[in-house]
Amino acid sequence: MFGLNKKDTKFLYIVVALTLLTPILLQPFPEASPLAQFNAGYPDLMQRFAIFGIFAIGFNLLFGLTGYLSFGHAAFLGIGSYATVWMYKLLSFNVLPGLILAVICSGLFALLIGYISLRRSGIYFSILTLAFAEMAYRLAYSVLTPITNGETGLQVYSNDPQILMGENSSTVTNFFGLEMSANYILNVGGWQFTFNFGYYFCAIIAILAFYLSVRIFRSPFGMMLRAVKSNQQRMNYTGLNSRPYTLAVFVISGMYAGLAGGLLASMDPLAGAERMFWTESGAVVLMTILGGAGTLMGPILGAGFIKYFENIFSKINDNVLHSWFSFLPDGLEDFVVFIIHPFVGKGWHLTLGLLFMLVVIFLPGGLVEGGQRIAKLFKRKKTTPDDKDPEHHPKPAPHVAE
Amino acid sequence: MSKSNLTRRGVLKTGAVAGAGVALPTIFTSSAHAFTNEPTGSSVKIGFNVPQTGPYAEEGLDELRAQELAVEHLNGMGDGGMLNTFSSKALDGTGILGKKVEFVTGDTATKSDVARASARSMIEKDGVTMINGGSSSGVAIAVQGLCQEAGIIFMAGLTHSNDTTGKDRKANGFRHFFNGYMSGAALAPVLEKEYGSDRRAYHLTADYTWGWTQQESIQASTEALGWQTAETVLTPVGAGDFQSYITPVLNSGADVLVLNHYGGDMVNSLTQSIAAGLRDKQVNGKNFEIIVPLYSELMAAGAGENIKGVFGSMNWNWQLTDEGTKAFVKSFGEKYGRPPSNSAHTCYVQTLLYADAVTRAGSFAPCAVAEALEDFEFDGLGNGPTLYRGEDHQCFKDVLVMKGADNPTTQYDTLEIVEVTPVEQVTYAPDHPMFGGTEASLGACNNGA
Repeated sequence: MFGLNKKDTKFLYIVVALTLLTPILLQPFPEASPLAQFNAGYPDLMQRFAIFGIFAIGFNLLFGLTGYLSFGHAAFLGIGSYATVWMYKLLSFNVLPGLILAVICSGLFALLIGYISLRRSGIYFSILTLAFAEMAYRLAYSVLTPITNGETGLQVYSNDPQILMGENSSTVTNFFGLEMSANYILNVGGWQFTFNFGYYFCAIIAILAFYLSVRIFRSPFGMMLRAVKSNQQRMNYTGLNSRPYTLAVFVISGMYAGLAGGLLASMDPLAGAERMFWTESGAVVLMTILGGAGTLMGPILGAGFIKYFENIFSKINDNVLHSWFSFLPDGLEDFVVFIIHPFVGKGWHLTLGLLFMLVVIFLPGGLVEGGQRIAKLFKRKKTTPDDKDPEHHPKPAPHVAE
Repeated sequence: MSKSNLTRRGVLKTGAVAGAGVALPTIFTSSAHAFTNEPTGSSVKIGFNVPQTGPYAEEGLDELRAQELAVEHLNGMGDGGMLNTFSSKALDGTGILGKKVEFVTGDTATKSDVARASARSMIEKDGVTMINGGSSSGVAIAVQGLCQEAGIIFMAGLTHSNDTTGKDRKANGFRHFFNGYMSGAALAPVLEKEYGSDRRAYHLTADYTWGWTQQESIQASTEALGWQTAETVLTPVGAGDFQSYITPVLNSGADVLVLNHYGGDMVNSLTQSIAAGLRDKQVNGKNFEIIVPLYSELMAAGAGENIKGVFGSMNWNWQLTDEGTKAFVKSFGEKYGRPPSNSAHTCYVQTLLYADAVTRAGSFAPCAVAEALEDFEFDGLGNGPTLYRGEDHQCFKDVLVMKGADNPTTQYDTLEIVEVTPVEQVTYAPDHPMFGGTEASLGACNNGA
């Protein structure tokens, strides 16, 4: 269905179900339990999962398919955010015009950067995109202050024109009157589940973005991009000009990033230059590699993994640690807290770094490979039964959906 | 696309899914709470959102120490600190309204984006009723806006920009710390006395809301003395290396350098200015001077020797001798083995003021708390008699003019108090043009839902 084969359709359904049930799945511990610290089912973080999922899916279209490693994708994220906030300032708090403008602006910007950067490949391409993103960051930070409001960040003020705002218009971001911050809270037993409209808005867009990426993966266009990855030189020798393909996917990927940036500003109407900083570009590379570059599900997993660490581990402070280990004798308690201290709170980067190392060393295919290995343990070994020609044994291409 | 099999069944299924997607939002209705995060159990949570990384990390960590101390005192542990000297006696060491005070912490990384994400998770996940903190005015303004939208109280920590209670003032936001205008008004008379009224000033300014408004304030008050402004140069926050900005100062004909920098930036720019030999120069027949309008002990300790004889201003200093200061310095010193910085002081006081306002209002509802804080007059918190002005939610109190000590005995008394500028001299009208003029308004207070 939806122009997908059976396996992909099933896969899409699983993704849809997971996405829609996120508010329940991420809230495994009752509110009162000490483990509630690890619950991630609150609106802000769920929105981030969906938004950075979109960002990583877009990045993976470029990096996973063509192998072009862009180190400047955060620039598109930032441009998307600025475009959206400007639409709030000029029109109203409806997110739709902002999101459309975000995608258009980032697409145009990607066209410009891509046109120049794609003349080179490999490390030179990475450096060029990094240089452009750094330029965009510096511009947003100081030179273009009238447009970006510099370090303070672009926000909506009460004296902005907002020409579409009526008397009763909502003063928070909304989608035709439905406010992004609207919550439906469900209390079941000791559990509390928050169903947030903003999250579902992001989630539905993320599903559409995911669907589009599956279609691109399976299309002849996607095949062409894979060819670029495996041997671009040979492709060029056959007389085929690969640049239009790489440029097209660069622009598409930039538009995904712009959409994610726009959504960030839709959930929280503020755009800061930090969003364009190179560490943010690095983060999306990490997300993709950690999850599994070139796979459909990998980038989403990676995005979720990193955002979870950033938001949950960074909030564990010494007090929390002391309350966990209070059952130990005093000296031992202090010792255990002293040992764990560098890995939590502001040291969450350290934990993430270690995990990243472990994944890259032992699971080069990312978290997805980990999942496949576990699945393999439980599956019976299949001996290619449908093979019409027993002499011919091409290595079956791994199904990217796994 | 390789396959495009548009079937009747496919269209029906797509339609059903799309329909469900559109119908979904109708289940969202606002919940029945009277206000955001109404505390229902035997405890109440407040959030401390401070920079633990980035250029202002030193200040942030000291603020965190003070905030933890404040929570201890509110819960009746320790020696009670300033609760004993506070003019309002509503707090009795049994938490707030009988509820035990708990706190969560977050790292703002001195970035608006990160700070807002951290604040949102405090509001949505931890259910805090108040957020305190926000070093860097950019962060404070961003988080203040968020608290206004979410319907909780924001008690600003270290934020010195005029905008926080000026053009960006919010009904749910309150600031105890002083601001750029007050620094200018307090420093000007001292500068005139020390350096005369014929000077040319060169400004290096941190490129964000705080830097801009402080430069504007200092420029206005020094130009009123008859000083000229040679040039104003904006520098990026967290630049690290200021050499390229300092070299042109020598050729500009200026004889005073004003460093509108803070935290690690100020330490670097001051150290590098001294290393470039600026203070040994004679320009226009006068000694070249450096001014750092906003001082802190942590910066002074970082800059070491270089700070000798440099003028600046502060909100509070541990060397003051009133009862409140003594009580606070004693309990902070006993717990952490060092005197508190002025940013730590302001966060401590803000936490107490919030707790006190809740107790006097008899409710955690933000609008009730705001009403209790507006035009509240108090004493005994280290700054002498203080007023929380209702029009802009800014505290009015005496301002300290400081100078780098000539003969410091420890690393903590590197600054000495030159003058305590009386509050009348630093008071301004709520619709002052530097504070957004007549257009600036608090808006309506927001209880959220």
